[in-house]
Amino acid sequence: MQLQTQTRPKVISVTVLEDRIDAASAIQFKEKMRDLTKDGPARVVLDLARVQFLDSSGLGAIVAVKKLLGPDRMLELSGLTPTVEKVFRLTRMDSIFTIHPSVEAAVSHAASA
Amino acid sequence: MPPAPDPDSRPNDLHLAFTATPVAIRDSLQRMLTLPPLCGLSEDGRGMAELVLAEVLNNVAEHAYANRPGPVTVSIGQTPQGLRCVIVDQGRAMPGHALPEGRLPGSLGPALEDLPEGGFGWHLIRSLTQGLSYTRVDGCNRLQFLLP
Repeated sequence: MQLQTQTRPKVISVTVLEDRIDAASAIQFKEKMRDLTKDGPARVVLDLARVQFLDSSGLGAIVAVKKLLGPDRMLELSGLTPTVEKVFRLTRMDSIFTIHPSVEAAVSHAASA
Repeated sequence: MPPAPDPDSRPNDLHLAFTATPVAIRDSLQRMLTLPPLCGLSEDGRGMAELVLAEVLNNVAEHAYANRPGPVTVSIGQTPQGLRCVIVDQGRAMPGHALPEGRLPGSLGPALEDLPEGGFGWHLIRSLTQGLSYTRVDGCNRLQFLLP
């Protein structure tokens, strides 16, 4: 599970460099995210633009990361591909995340906030 | 002994037998998507078929076989109504020999700790399939559904 981070003053973005987060990789994803976001800015943007496939295990791991960040930090999402977007919509998890069209949009949104 | 073959199968159906582990499931899904009838679907159709099959197969690995390796077979055939899928395993029976309802976990309140981290799988399966049926025959679980 390859993740690439970029830290800015008020936001850290994490780009998933894999084409799937599934049952075979969900635990590793969750652990890496926990390590990468342990300290740092309050806003975390998870960029899923390269992720073509997300199953319920992957979705559960993303929700778990949001919970790990606690109430004072925010997990936002960007770049949902059509299939991934549908998983969020069908499970109504799209209502608990701020979803940006791209990581650039997410970062500029964070900068102006 | 391998799981009993699907009695309704036809020669042009896709049949795949493999061991239900997370990595083998991933590899098999990717292989299935390159073969007929799945390769003929639209991009959205392939994505949804992969999602449903992944959820069903992950349930087999996680619950029927309790994360121990066991054999599973997937059969997919084209019908006028859509793709008819049959998944057979030799693991534990569904509790009460019935399928989970797949209701989404409770109301989504504002409390962070209330957010569900699981329970999405059967909801996705039920949302994206028709005619879902489960039978327990000769020590095998047999799940059948239509991908419209």
